[in-house]
Amino acid sequence: MSSLWLPILMVVPVLGAIVVALLPKGSDKLAKQVTLLVSLVVLALTLVMAFQFTGAPGDRFKFAATYDWIPSFGVHFGVGVDGIALVLIALSAVLVPIVVLASWHDASGVKAADGTVVAPKRSVKTYFSLLLVLEAMMIGVFAATDIFLFYVFFEAMLIPMYFMIGSYGGAQRSYAAVKFLLYSLFGGLLMLVAVIGLYVVAGKGTFMFPELVGVIQDPATQKWLFAGFFIAFAIKAPLWPVHTWLPDAAAQAPAGAAVLLVGVLDKVGTYGMLRFCLELFPDAAKAFTMPIIVLAVISIIYGAIVAIGQTDMKRLIAYTSISHFGFIVMGVFAMSQVAQEGAALYMVNHGFATGALFLAAGFLIARRGSPHIADYGGAQKVTPLLAGFFLIAGLAGLSLPGLSSFVSEFMVMIGTYSSPAFGSGALTVAAIVSAVAVILAAVYILWMVQRTLNGPTAEPVKAFKDLNAREVWVLAPLVALIIGFGFFPKPLLDVITPAVTSTLSNVQVDNPAIAEKGAGQ
Amino acid sequence: MNPVIETPTIEYGTLAPLLLVFAAAIVGVLVEAFAPRYLRKSIQVPLTLLSLVGAFALVILTVVGGDVPSEPVAMGALAVDGPALFIWGVILVLSVVCVLLINDEGHFVASAAAVPGSADEEEAERSGSAHTEVYPLALFAVGGMLMFPAANDLLTMFVGLEVMSLPLYLLCGLARRRRLLSQEASLKYFLLGAFSSAFFLYGTAMLYGYAGTVSLAGISQAMSTGGALDPLLLIGFALLGVGLLFKIGAAPFQAWKPDVYQGAPTPITALMASGTLVAAVGALLRVFWVALGNLDWNWRPVIWVVAALTMIVGAVLAITQTDIKRMLAYSSIAHAGFLLVGVMATYATPEGNAVSLQAILFYLLVYGITTVGAFAVVTLVRDPGGEAGHLSRWAGLGKRSPILAGVFAFFLLAFAGIPLTSGFFGKYAVFTAALGSATEAGDSLGNWLTGLVVVGVIASAIAAFFYVRVIVLMFFSEPAADGPTIAIPSAGTVAVIAVSLLVTVGVGLYPEPVLDLAQQAASGLFVR
Repeated sequence: MSSLWLPILMVVPVLGAIVVALLPKGSDKLAKQVTLLVSLVVLALTLVMAFQFTGAPGDRFKFAATYDWIPSFGVHFGVGVDGIALVLIALSAVLVPIVVLASWHDASGVKAADGTVVAPKRSVKTYFSLLLVLEAMMIGVFAATDIFLFYVFFEAMLIPMYFMIGSYGGAQRSYAAVKFLLYSLFGGLLMLVAVIGLYVVAGKGTFMFPELVGVIQDPATQKWLFAGFFIAFAIKAPLWPVHTWLPDAAAQAPAGAAVLLVGVLDKVGTYGMLRFCLELFPDAAKAFTMPIIVLAVISIIYGAIVAIGQTDMKRLIAYTSISHFGFIVMGVFAMSQVAQEGAALYMVNHGFATGALFLAAGFLIARRGSPHIADYGGAQKVTPLLAGFFLIAGLAGLSLPGLSSFVSEFMVMIGTYSSPAFGSGALTVAAIVSAVAVILAAVYILWMVQRTLNGPTAEPVKAFKDLNAREVWVLAPLVALIIGFGFFPKPLLDVITPAVTSTLSNVQVDNPAIAEKGAGQ
Repeated sequence: MNPVIETPTIEYGTLAPLLLVFAAAIVGVLVEAFAPRYLRKSIQVPLTLLSLVGAFALVILTVVGGDVPSEPVAMGALAVDGPALFIWGVILVLSVVCVLLINDEGHFVASAAAVPGSADEEEAERSGSAHTEVYPLALFAVGGMLMFPAANDLLTMFVGLEVMSLPLYLLCGLARRRRLLSQEASLKYFLLGAFSSAFFLYGTAMLYGYAGTVSLAGISQAMSTGGALDPLLLIGFALLGVGLLFKIGAAPFQAWKPDVYQGAPTPITALMASGTLVAAVGALLRVFWVALGNLDWNWRPVIWVVAALTMIVGAVLAITQTDIKRMLAYSSIAHAGFLLVGVMATYATPEGNAVSLQAILFYLLVYGITTVGAFAVVTLVRDPGGEAGHLSRWAGLGKRSPILAGVFAFFLLAFAGIPLTSGFFGKYAVFTAALGSATEAGDSLGNWLTGLVVVGVIASAIAAFFYVRVIVLMFFSEPAADGPTIAIPSAGTVAVIAVSLLVTVGVGLYPEPVLDLAQQAASGLFVR
């Protein structure tokens, strides 16, 4: 019985993209309206689908649909979602309409205060149709249950993002776009070898994920294939030391594209680790756990320290994300129920928090045309509304209790601290070291807030206008979600928990959560 | 008593496509001799196109009719088997498309004999004379391309090689603009080509000395009884290899490609980059898999080095190029390397080999089509002095002509092997075949072959850099004030670009029909 939900979710934005691209010249406003409408339709459909989702036992992947695509290669168009994929699809569907609203004028060109053209006016239609194509691919990449299909989306989604950065970004846009593309392509190609290797070694003649779990037994083969997948995901996530493309790409991308880049595209990396690296190659994952945890901790601390030193707001936010991705990776590889639930939850919350932060910073930057922190000061007195949103988004970035990211960061740390996966206290040490980042986070966020919002009002800042209605509509839903899930994360966790349980059972670690359930029955 | 000479049996029906092309070429020569000048073009164009389309129809008829011969035809000289028919089909499609490009105005010199820059040249241009000989020449080249990969003995193969190459040497020198460059290309191609032909012939002689026959099956048979380390065999094989690797432009025999591709008239470059490559890879496969099949533990390490070198040299040197046609030439070198990875993917079982062959045939088809499309776009971007070859001239093309730049960008992404383009599946198929061969128990190369795939992947990443660089130039750079003009494309050129684009997109989204076709063609492997 195949369900049409997921294919429809992918087809709607693609059709929307075609319509937008074919609109006659000069209908820029219509293009924006159509894009917004399509993205809202996708959001509505996603929400309806999500409310029908139950974590009930039975088939792990709900709304599954499988069609033959390339029988010669054993490739299917196979889609389906478990809880983790569902919340990430929902995250994408929520962010896209917000980004559409936020990017309303992004393609119209950016001028600095002194009149120099930072970015020329570009085709509005192209921007918004790329955005819709990207939405279809984001949904596809999380929904794919066929590893080949996942790979196709993983690589193909680079192209729209590449054009969004390269054509619509800041002064260094073409450098940033090329760097982004080459890093990702290189990782992707290594993954391609591993994908082919998996297919050949497994000898099953299929790429369907459920049929490939547990097939590869040879430890050496597992390690090589794991490495191929992991490097690609580590670049995507990004993990230290292959993170350097992210600050460039995020700083040069238009704010809306940066939100999707950091909020969703990078999550494909951590999602891939959780879904593919762990479940397909459990022994290798366990063997490599310690080095990966070390890399994750380095990312956490390094990202936070470097963020403190940034003078460019968007780069600063990008570095904070590297720190946060360190937490997610640590949670994924801590191999405990709580840590992995925290990691999956973190992926969603980070999307909201960083999204809000990027957009608020983007609105501030749009008022002056400069991303440099030093160019601002005292904005709070002039633009109280913007300053308020900026502050809340910042506090979410430093995981203040009561805001959603606190829950996930706390779960990751507590889950890692008490992980039963390793007898040694190594994970405990990792959790303790990573806790330092909580203090560093306070430094980088609050110092940025202090330099931009507080203090004497800088001369150019006095002319700023506060948020208009469109901008409030962009930020308000995100802040509502941040606060809402901060106090009541249960709906998300209810969906995520069964998915994490089945992940861990495929990885075959001793899972006290499962053991308790067994004992209770 | 006089010895009885038997009448040779010739399977005319099977050979009809080949014969039709050659017959049309000869008629074309006669037209040149007897038809008045003003009529020539209007006779040559339909004659050329109809004969190529007719030959393609005959190929289709043979395949659909199910009478694919299971034995060599024409007294063992030619093998019209599944792979050969597939390659014929591909070459004929590509050549029809290239003839449409050749047909476009302004690519060929008015009078090749006039010294560049002389009064004679001006006179010829003013009087509007043209070399309609290009059509029969192209037909001869296509005929050679059909013969080359279908040849079942080394002598026939040599004849095919020469019939294919000689008209191309000439055609290379006929560019209308930058004629000195064109003539230089022609001379270089001729000299180096002549050397490589000599190598091929010398190798043939050596192998004849070893096996007492030039037929591919005979050489293979001789190896199963005779010594496998006979110097005659090894030297012969090495020399033959040089000749063949030269034609596909594998390193270290790649030096001619950039010069020739740059200098030749672009439609001819398109024909060489697509048709010649397809034919040469077909012939290479036949020699290595049929004649030297028993020697694969011996030649595979050599080809390993050649393939790795070819991919790396092609990808790395392409980065430093500033001319679009030279860049595409190096890209073609890199792709020849990827194809060689497929050539090495031999298995112990025929079923395994059929998978590799399917991959190579598929790759040839998709690469050929995309290449023709890319060169067709190149013909449209013009300066006052001809095509705007220098890459800097392409800056900002995305603003001036978004559709053309978008199409070209798509072709480049297909070359780079980005998913949802046909190029991705080509690369994927070849790499899968190679990794399958590497993991086969008892494979003579084993992990080395896995290593080669990794080299291929790294070369792909490097190659992606220069494809992306052109996209950056076209879309993210500001157009120059005196940028190139975009020629209004003729209906033929539009058709070429449209067909290439459709195939590149269509196969990128749903490759199954083409894969099935390649699989059917490959299932019987080569006849011996």
